[in-house]
Amino acid sequence: MNSTTGNRHGSAVVTLPSDDEILITRAFDAPAELVFDAWTTPDIVKRWWGGDRGEVTEAQVDLWIGGRWRWVMTANGGFEVAFSGEYHEIDRPHRLVKTEVFELVPDAEAVSTTTFEEADGVTTTRILIRYPSQQHRDAAIASGMEGGLQVALDHLEELVRQTV
Amino acid sequence: MARTPTTTDAFSAVAEGSRRELLDVLGTGEATVNDLVQRLGLSQPQVSKHLAVLRAVRLVSVRAEGRRRWYRVNGPALQPVYEWARSFESTWNTRLDRLDDVLAELQAKEKKERQP
Repeated sequence: MNSTTGNRHGSAVVTLPSDDEILITRAFDAPAELVFDAWTTPDIVKRWWGGDRGEVTEAQVDLWIGGRWRWVMTANGGFEVAFSGEYHEIDRPHRLVKTEVFELVPDAEAVSTTTFEEADGVTTTRILIRYPSQQHRDAAIASGMEGGLQVALDHLEELVRQTV
Repeated sequence: MARTPTTTDAFSAVAEGSRRELLDVLGTGEATVNDLVQRLGLSQPQVSKHLAVLRAVRLVSVRAEGRRRWYRVNGPALQPVYEWARSFESTWNTRLDRLDDVLAELQAKEKKERQP
C-alpha cells in the first residue's frame, strides 16, 4: 500500500439508529487530532468533502461556540449544494457538535454530532445526524442528502420500476 | 443531471413529505383529486396545490377523460432523484476515502519533515 493512500477504502458504514437519525461510521489510520483538524480546517475540508460529487468552492469554518460554518460544492451537474449551520460544542479532538441545514430545505435543521475515538493509532469517527422528525430525515433522504436507505428509497425504487 | 438551484425542481418537490405520500399513492395507479383527498386525508386545495408543484416539475402527468382528470406518476422524471438518493452511501464512502487519502498524505509529509 502506498504510504499516501488510505488503507480502508469503501469501509464507511451507514445505519439508521432511530427514526430520526442517520449514523455514519468510519475508521482512519491517523491520530484523533489530525482527523479532527481535517474536519475543521477549510483547506483540508476542500480536499475531501466533495468526494466525487463535485468541487468544494467554499469551506467556511468559524470554529468557536456559536460560530458559523458553510460548505458549498458545485456538483458535477453544475448546480450548487450548500450546507451550513452553527458550532455548538467543540472539544478537540474528541467531539464536535453543530447544527446543519441543507439550504434547499431550510426548515429541516439537523444536529450532527461527530466523535473521534482513538485506539492503537486508529481513530473511529462517528457522524450522527439527528433530524427534527422522521419525516425530515426521510425528506433529507429523498432530496438527496442522505440516501441509500430504507423507506423513502424503497418507495422511490418501486415507483421508478412501476412507471419507467 | 443538470439542474438549477431553484425550489421548483424534482429534488425539492420530493423533499416535502405530503408530496412523497402523494407520489406513493399515485405509484399504485392513476387517481383523481377526489381519490387522493380520500386516501391522504388532506383537503382538496392542499392536494391540488401539491399536484400543481409535482406537475410543474413533471413528476406527475395528467390526462382528461370526460370531465375527470386522472393523475399519474411520470417515472422517467423521478429517475434522477432515485439515482441521487441511492448514491448516498457511496457518496459518503467516496468522501471519507478522500479524507483517508488526505490523512495518509499529511502524515507522510509530517514524517518526512521530522527527518533531518
